[in-house]
Formats: sequence, C-alpha cells, structure tokens
Amino acid sequence: MEKEVLIRVEGVSKKYCTDLRRSLRYGMQDMFGELRGKPRGHELRAQEFWAVKDIDLEVRRGECLGLIGHNGAGKTTLLRMLNGLVKPDTGRIEIRGRVGALIALGAGFNPILTGRENIYVNASVLGLRKADVAARIEEVIDFSEIRDFIDTPVRNYSSGMTVRLGFSVAALMLEPDILFLDEVLAVGDMAFTLKCLNLMRSIMDRTACVFVSHNMPLVSSFCTHARMMHKGQFITAPDEPMADVMNRYVALAPTLRSHFGDGAEVSAQLLSSRGRTVDGAETIHQGDEMILEVECTVSEPATIFFVIKTQGTVPLVHYVVEEQGQEKVFAAGQHTFTLNLGRADLNSSNYGLGVTVRRASDHAVMGKRDGLLDLVVKADLVTWSHMVRRASIIPGHGTPDALPQFLATRQGGEPA
Amino acid sequence: MSSAQGLPPRVVVYTPQAMLRAPGAMFREMLADLRRSRELAWRLAVRDISAQYRASVLGYLWAFITPLVTTLMWVFMSTAGVVKVSDTGMPYAVFVFTGTMLWQIFTESITMPQAQVTSSQSMVVKLNFPREALILAGMLKVLFGVLVKAAVLVPVVLFFGVLPDVHLLLFPLALLALVLVGTSIGLLLVPVGTLYSDVGRFVPMATQFLMYVTPVVYAMPKSGLLATFFQANPLSALILTGRAWLTGSASPMLIEFLLVVAVAAVLLLLGWVLYRLSMSVLIERMGS
Repeated sequence: MEKEVLIRVEGVSKKYCTDLRRSLRYGMQDMFGELRGKPRGHELRAQEFWAVKDIDLEVRRGECLGLIGHNGAGKTTLLRMLNGLVKPDTGRIEIRGRVGALIALGAGFNPILTGRENIYVNASVLGLRKADVAARIEEVIDFSEIRDFIDTPVRNYSSGMTVRLGFSVAALMLEPDILFLDEVLAVGDMAFTLKCLNLMRSIMDRTACVFVSHNMPLVSSFCTHARMMHKGQFITAPDEPMADVMNRYVALAPTLRSHFGDGAEVSAQLLSSRGRTVDGAETIHQGDEMILEVECTVSEPATIFFVIKTQGTVPLVHYVVEEQGQEKVFAAGQHTFTLNLGRADLNSSNYGLGVTVRRASDHAVMGKRDGLLDLVVKADLVTWSHMVRRASIIPGHGTPDALPQFLATRQGGEPA
Repeated sequence: MSSAQGLPPRVVVYTPQAMLRAPGAMFREMLADLRRSRELAWRLAVRDISAQYRASVLGYLWAFITPLVTTLMWVFMSTAGVVKVSDTGMPYAVFVFTGTMLWQIFTESITMPQAQVTSSQSMVVKLNFPREALILAGMLKVLFGVLVKAAVLVPVVLFFGVLPDVHLLLFPLALLALVLVGTSIGLLLVPVGTLYSDVGRFVPMATQFLMYVTPVVYAMPKSGLLATFFQANPLSALILTGRAWLTGSASPMLIEFLLVVAVAAVLLLLGWVLYRLSMSVLIERMGS
C-alpha cells in the first residue's frame, strides 16, 4: 500500500523582480493588496520573471525527493514556499504533519553565549520546549562531539564546530513528518557528514523529505527519486530514473575548457560511441571498449597522456600512451593513430576526456586540454576503476581493415 | 495514520489568497501563535540581555548612564545660565532626570520592533517560527531596562528630597503605558521600515524633535504657540503623568493619559495584524 501524501503542490508559481527599487515598490503594492484582501496577481509586472513556474509535486511518507538544478533554478524559492515563509503567487500547497527544516543551522546562535546556552536558544527557535531540551541536551552534546568546548562562547568556535552544534540540535530534537534539507550536509568533516547521513537515514522511512543539494553522489545515494529544476520549472518527469535526472544536471553545466599553448595540438574522436546526446556528449555503456581516433601535432618530441575526469573537474583515470609495451614518444610533426583505452569500467555519470602533452626531453608540459570529448556513461553496476593504466596503439593505422581485424581478435579474447 | 504524538497531523495550506479574507481563522491563528511564542520570546530575551552585558564592564549601568549624562548637561546649562528654564515645581535635576529616563523608555520602545526584525533577519527569512516572539522578546528586553531604570529613579528622587506618596503604586502603569505607546507606533512602522531604510533614519530625528515639544527637560509653557504644541502632543500626558506619580502628586492630564493608552492599544492590535500580513511580503523582498 502506498503511504499517505504529506506534501502536495499544485500549480505553484512565484515571481521575483530583478530590480531592487521596483522590487520594493511591488512589495508595498503586495502589502496593500493583502490589506485590501486581494489575492496575489497572476500577471508579471515590469522587470518581473517567474522564479518558480507551475510546479506540481507530491511527496509521500518514506519518500525522499532530491531537488537538483543549477544556482538560480528556483529550488530554494520552492523550498521557502513549502516551508511557509513566502506565499505562492498561484497554486496551492498542502503540508500534512510536523515540519522539520535543516536549513539555517544554528539559527539564533549568539556568538557571545556559550554552546550550551545556544543549544537552548536554537532549540527554542525550532519550536521545542525547555523540558524537552533539558532531557536530551547531553545526547545533543555527545552527538556534536564538542563537549570540551560546550561552555566556551560560540564566537571562538570554528565554522565547522558551529555547524556541528547546529546540526546536532536540529537533528536530534526534531521528530518530523516532513523534513526539508538545503545543502546542510555539505559542511563539516567527512566523519561527521557520514554520521549525519546515517542519522537522517534512520528517520527517512517515517518522513517525507525534500533534499536540495548540488552533490550528485549524495543525492543519488540518499534520495528515492529526483527532479531537476531549470528556470523555475521541472524539466524531468516525476518518474524519471535518477541517472537520467543527473545527466540532465551535468549536461546543462558549461564544461571547463582550456586551450593549448603553442607547440602542441590534439583532437580526438570516439569510434566506439553508441551515439550522441542532445548536448553532443558521446554515449557509451559500462564495459564498452573505448576506442579513440587521435590527431595530434607536436613541435618537439613529446609524450601524450589522456585523462578521464568527473564532470570536467576531478581526474579519475590516467592513460599513458604506449606502443608495443613502450611509452610512445611522438616525433615532431603530425600524427594520426587509433588508441584503445580499454573497457569503460566507469559508473553512471558524465565524464570529460582531457589530454596532456609533455616534452619528451624534460617532461615539461607543452599543452593541456580539458573537454576534448564529453562522455556519458550508462551503467548497471557500481565498479571501482583502476586509476592509472596502459593504452596501446592498435597496429596498422590507416589501413582499411586494421580496426575490424583488431576488433575481431578481441571478440573472444581477454580485455587488456 | 497519525503523527508521532498520536494526534491527527496538522494540515497547513498555503495559497495566494489574502489572509484577511478569512478574518476568523486569522485571529485564531494570531492567538495560537502568541501562545506558541511565549517560551521562545523569553528565551530570546534572556539570550539578548545576557549577551548584551556579558561583553561589557559597566553592564547594567548602561541602562541609565545616558539619561544621567543628559541630566548633568542640562543642569550645568541651566546653572550656567546658558538656557533659562522656568520653574518646574521640583529640583531641576529631578525634573530632567525623570524626564529623560521616561523619554528613553519611549524611544527604546519605538525603535524596538524594527530593531528586532532587522537583527533577526537571517532567522526570519529561513525559519518558520511565530513572528510574535520577536516583538514579545523586544518588549521583555525593554521592560528589563525599565526595571533597572525604576530601581535607580526612586532612590534618586528620594535623595533630592522629593517624597513619593501613594501615587507611586500607579507609577508602574505609567511605565507600561510608555512601552505600549512606543511599541504600537514602532510596530506600525515595521512593514514600510523593513522595505525602506528612510523610516529608520526618520524615526530618531522625529523623536529628537518631539522631545522638545514634550515636557522632558523643561516645563510646559503656559501660553503661546509652543504651549499649543505641548498640549496637542499626546506624549506630554504620558511624561507628565509618569513624573507626577513618581514624585508624589496626581496626574495633571489623567483623561488625556487614559485616552492615549486606549488609542495605543487599538494601534497595537492594528500593528499586529499589519505585521503578520506583511511578513511574507517582507521575507520575499528581504532576500536571505
């Protein structure tokens, strides 16, 4: 049996104004409208835009919705409406049950007061009674792991310690039916973050949760489903698989690209692609063999390294280009070759292929480039990848049947 | 299904509809929120009061240092003949000290609501808690200051040989009236004052001006244009009544005093409604 719907959002929109002076004037208008008993307007006034537009949403008990989208997509505005801080301009929001919000950790902390005093203040802001706080304060202090400093003024705390205290109060004190989380788990050290996640998981099946984060691994491990917001609207369907939602997120990000200096130029094309996405990224499946056709020009003898990075940032796998078991030194001039990067034992995500060209004599970097290719990997399994590996040049480049021959030999053979 | 407490879950609905459309529900919510905010208000007030004086050497003395300095200044100016003050019917120092102390209670009350909202902005825009708590906490803070002031005022008056009488029992009411009037005006200013900083600049200027048409540092003139100002100024009744009850006489403007208090009570209710209605608009425009 499906559990009851705790958050129901129907056709909700919210407009914002780009100009400060106008915004203030509209604020006055809206206030007088309230006084005259008029509902909010459906039309945009000058310099207004829909920050959130026609959002429909249902979250049941036990579900966790990951709300993703780039900065300014409207996630926080939507969350604020759900939390009752601002009114929707159109539509209707229904919230059933006790709401807990881990949004402003340590709200109401006064820097001059001690951690212990601030626990009481913070808990009070979150709607808890003094008796409840007194009963659980030791538990809160233990969870925060800052007992040694609990009677020190909060202004002497590091930002991490402040967040620990804020999280401990909010998380331990609340027993919510509905939970809003806005980027709060991104702070604190890793051990504490893991502890927080475990705590959150333990209350997950009793709550309807909305989780806003830019941390895709966190969203995919934490949420039951995800929706992508872009320019105030959902651009993914309610039942879209998580991996596809994530892909939309990364596809919309401008990839980091840098250019070569003088002395080297490399371009590459993926031969083993399963097709291109709308945004031009090559799609491959986990386990596919990745074969590149590379064209490069170097002004001096050089070695070439390829690198696969996550979302264009974190290097994941390095490839040393070699030929017949030897690191290949490319003589000055133009080269074209086919390169086998081996099987893509990568997890479902978006990756970028980058390249580094080093001078053979002193290994100085002659050129670097990110975003040579964008790769989208679809996977069914989670694997651990080898970080550094060899990539061999396939013999007989340029002859028409070299590649088919190579592939034929690979059919029954072991992967390198 | 029910929530953890075994009660049916609280259902809240947010729509673009104006809250005034359902006044009954709105007043019920106002009362419920007022009840819910009592403990939080107390907590916030304790927080602010203890933090305010913890990082200070003179601590609670600050509650009356400013009026004391003002008094000394005026006493000096009048003895030096810089200003000519008409007869006040009591030692001039007592007159000025009581006047400035009472006046300070009023100005603190009038700036309090805005100060409370501004200083809690980061909390207000991110968390949903009963907003009444901010104003209640502010009133508690002002009242704490009032207690400190009262504890100083009575001995000072006695020291100068002015004997309070049975009217002293009414004196706390005069103090409460000052807080009530100040808060009601201040609360009415919050919606516009949060949007436009002009209000925040205007208020201290206006109170400064008002002080000179209120019998704070010199007695009410008997005739002339200024006398009309003094008479028309509702604050005159408050200050005169407070001072009279403290220094052992009946209020010379009791009817006016009661009238001002009644009007202020109505304004406070109005300000409260306005404050609630405007809060969601203010949060939108304040940003985070």
